[in-house]
Amino acid sequence: MIIESGIVALIAPVVISVAILVIMMQIAFWRNATVSWVLSCLSIAAAMLLLIFPISGSGDGSAQQITPLLVADSYSIFFSILILFACLITSLLAKDYLQSRAGENEEFYLLLLLSGLGALILVSSTHLASFLLGLELLGVALYALIAYPERGHLPLEAAVKYLILSGAASAILLFGFALIYAALGTLSFANIGHQLANSSDNQVLLLMGTAMIFAGIGFKLSLVPFHMWTPDVYQGAPSPVTGFLATVSKSAIFAALMRLYIDAQLYQYNRLLIGIAILAIASMLIGNLLALKQNNLKRLLAYSSVAHLGYLLITMVVYGRLQQPGIAVEAVNFYLAAYVITSLAAFALLTILSSPTIIESGNDQAGNAVANLDAPEPDHIDHLRGLFWRQPVLALLLTISMLSLAGIPLTVGFIGKFYLFTAGIGAELWVLLAALVIGSGIGIYYYLRVVFSMTAKAPESIDMSINQRMSPVAVPVVWVLIAGMLYLGIFPQSFIAYLSGIIL
Amino acid sequence: MLLVNLILILLIGGVIALMSERMGRNWPRLIALLIVLLDLAYLLSGLSAIPAEKFSLTPAAGDPASWLMAYQADWIPRFGISFNLAMDGLSLVLVVLTLVLGAIAIISSWNEDNDQQGFFQANILWTLAGVIGVFLALDLFLFFLFWEVMLVPMYLLIAIWGHEGKAHASMKFFIFTQLSGLLMLVAILVLAKIHHSATGVVSFSYFDLLDTPMSQGVAHWLMLGFFIAFVVKLPGFPVHTWLPDAHTQAPTAGSVILAGILLKTGAYGLIRFTVPLFPEAALNFAPIAMLLGVAGVIYGAILAFAQTDFKRLVAYSSVSHMGFVLLGVFAWNSLALQGAVMQMVAHGFSTAALFMIAGALQQRLHTRDMTEMGGLWYNMPRMGAVALFFALASLGLPGLGNFVAEFLVLLGLFTVNPWMAAAAALGLITAAVYSLIMMQKAFYGKPDESRKLADFGTLEMGAMAVMIIGLIWLGLYPQPVLDMVQPVLDSVATQVGVTPISWRAGS
Repeated sequence: MIIESGIVALIAPVVISVAILVIMMQIAFWRNATVSWVLSCLSIAAAMLLLIFPISGSGDGSAQQITPLLVADSYSIFFSILILFACLITSLLAKDYLQSRAGENEEFYLLLLLSGLGALILVSSTHLASFLLGLELLGVALYALIAYPERGHLPLEAAVKYLILSGAASAILLFGFALIYAALGTLSFANIGHQLANSSDNQVLLLMGTAMIFAGIGFKLSLVPFHMWTPDVYQGAPSPVTGFLATVSKSAIFAALMRLYIDAQLYQYNRLLIGIAILAIASMLIGNLLALKQNNLKRLLAYSSVAHLGYLLITMVVYGRLQQPGIAVEAVNFYLAAYVITSLAAFALLTILSSPTIIESGNDQAGNAVANLDAPEPDHIDHLRGLFWRQPVLALLLTISMLSLAGIPLTVGFIGKFYLFTAGIGAELWVLLAALVIGSGIGIYYYLRVVFSMTAKAPESIDMSINQRMSPVAVPVVWVLIAGMLYLGIFPQSFIAYLSGIIL
Repeated sequence: MLLVNLILILLIGGVIALMSERMGRNWPRLIALLIVLLDLAYLLSGLSAIPAEKFSLTPAAGDPASWLMAYQADWIPRFGISFNLAMDGLSLVLVVLTLVLGAIAIISSWNEDNDQQGFFQANILWTLAGVIGVFLALDLFLFFLFWEVMLVPMYLLIAIWGHEGKAHASMKFFIFTQLSGLLMLVAILVLAKIHHSATGVVSFSYFDLLDTPMSQGVAHWLMLGFFIAFVVKLPGFPVHTWLPDAHTQAPTAGSVILAGILLKTGAYGLIRFTVPLFPEAALNFAPIAMLLGVAGVIYGAILAFAQTDFKRLVAYSSVSHMGFVLLGVFAWNSLALQGAVMQMVAHGFSTAALFMIAGALQQRLHTRDMTEMGGLWYNMPRMGAVALFFALASLGLPGLGNFVAEFLVLLGLFTVNPWMAAAAALGLITAAVYSLIMMQKAFYGKPDESRKLADFGTLEMGAMAVMIIGLIWLGLYPQPVLDMVQPVLDSVATQVGVTPISWRAGS
């Protein structure tokens, strides 16, 4: 009966896998983008609902190991919900975007689901093999997603860059796994932990292996000094995909890394802690400094994500320093949730601005409005000028998102930062906290620049008469994101209560 | 619940003002004014229900009954954070000041042709809501929240409706105050952690955190965290540099709120939090703090004298005047503290009025440069007379509120440190110099008879009359305000454990 109950516990990946198969068949027999879109949205929503309201036999909170590879526990369920939420928002907004930029294509949703499936596997993995499986599934589908709009050289450049560098990073990661295996003879997280606790042999191999794993993951999370690809890929990828990359990919990888870090008891290594602390400080400071002068919103968000992942690394050091490190996991969960919803808001704005009802449309010979397929995305900071007066709701969305990224109270980002400060102070990590304060201080400047740009007078060149209605899908998405960022920022208690029940 | 409603009325009022723009351009300002007046009336009606003897009670920690009003509700129990508002005499004085100056700020921009009136007035109301929250919050997390949140609408006021250099000024304002706020957040969290490890209770309540045992070294650092945040806002020397920029670039209503109210949150924080939470560390630090105060008094005055920009002059004069507040707080005796509170109120009125005049001048002349003014008394006699009154108030003319305030501070300071008092007294002389120079450059001199300028109208004169009466009242009969805050000062003084020198006009 293990298989049956296992399938119930792994309901989300199963539903998504079935959806992938169905969409694949649908594409083979009846190409219709709208149907694919509806199918993908419905399946993601169904998977999410099944996780939130579990049917009997699953999700009762106790961890359920399914084969040595995967586990279904409260931690994986929480991150699965988070990932599916991000997938759903991305998928909902992608349709309008694709219509204007890539033509109507069905495979986009297929790739999106594949990538999401990789993320779901990643957060449930308890074994280096499933870890790698999830990571690669997530990554390979992403390469194609990034290059999806065939027009223009930016997406292609971004995809190639990501492909090559990510491939190299995966190779380094794999080498790290191999060294760990050579030293300990096991690939399961928990066994690694037991062996590490009991043996002191092969220290050099282990250290090398761990360092390589962190380097490989550091690339995927774009931590300094492995961050070089981030701005180019962020800028080149189509906005919905950038949003997906920034939220699903990063949160899933970080969640999986955290599980590896804790289950394999890597936190016992002081030298590793120092290494993580250095990565964190470098990411916080350099990420924020590089973001200062960016005039492209996507590049700005890219560097800002470098900084935010640096903030998050603090929790790993905290975990290694505290006797009762529960606060560290709670901080990771809250911060990632905050970061996901906030980043989604920023990229949702970019996606909506790039969608056909908003961008300037030319007229074809017959006088019908056609989308300008080759138009660059309006992602320069000057494109936002006057948004406050042109599109108050969208401006509100981006303003709250920026304030949340900057960690201003009443937004979810502030509670996230509050968690980091609380955790850091609990572990008395003064140097890291100083970097956090300085980084946040620098961050305010560029986040506010975006807000300021929106309040500035719109330039004459922007034609106020172009069709500026948001599509009927975008409106509820925008309001859900606004409400989410504010609600979790003002009344975080119920969410915190849920999070404190999550044990890793 | 009254305290919560006080904030809610302003918050919701802001939304109504925002919406009302659809009915017409002139609706938002009217609605905003009515909402502030409604809030004030609501507060006063609530006060009339409180028995008179309660005003002389010393508010005690942990005893809500001894406060004028209190409200508490659980908010984030995970971290022991509660939604805890309470009002005593000090907060009451400052909240009333906030609402009165809020109404005046709205009147000051009555005739300005700002775009997006609805959003403009909404931001004013939201700033007021945040400031009132700061004055009422007695949970340190909640206090920090209001402290940061009130900056956002203020930032928007400067960034959207400011003058030529608004981008730079608004950014500087926000970064200065935010970064210092983060230091305070760290200090708050460390304090809460020390309290947690000492008692096992997680709490951010002001009352719980008082008397937290800690070593002198730690207390010193934490005190500095709070001190820096408050001194930046005050603003004290040498972290005042954001103020002249922000003031110069802000729209008139923004300047009025910034100078009249926002700066007082810094002073309030020093009295309410910095000294009571870390009494010994604060008193050890007092000589340095007082030195900064004296430096601010003199440096601000000298710079004010050197300005040709009307608003910059008033802004630097604020640095000088708020130096007295810093001196008063850290002299830490009854006289000096009363002086500091008086200065907060009196400076609120006099500076708000001067900024309102500066805004009116800019609106009429399209310049703030005093070298291009001169002889304006001829063109606008009413404005000239009013300006003269507030210039005299600002230089500390006996009989007006500012004199009482600065005199009390100097008197209290003298018993603690005569040399500092002597140095600070120079501020009174220099104040006369820059105030009169301002009058001379702008309003006296050879008039340009061809200039046709509209004088102050009835509404503006009404607002001015409120402030004039306020200052005269504070100058001639300051006892009611002193009586109002005395119990509070007594209670913080007992908290600190240093016996204040008792001095009351009546006894």
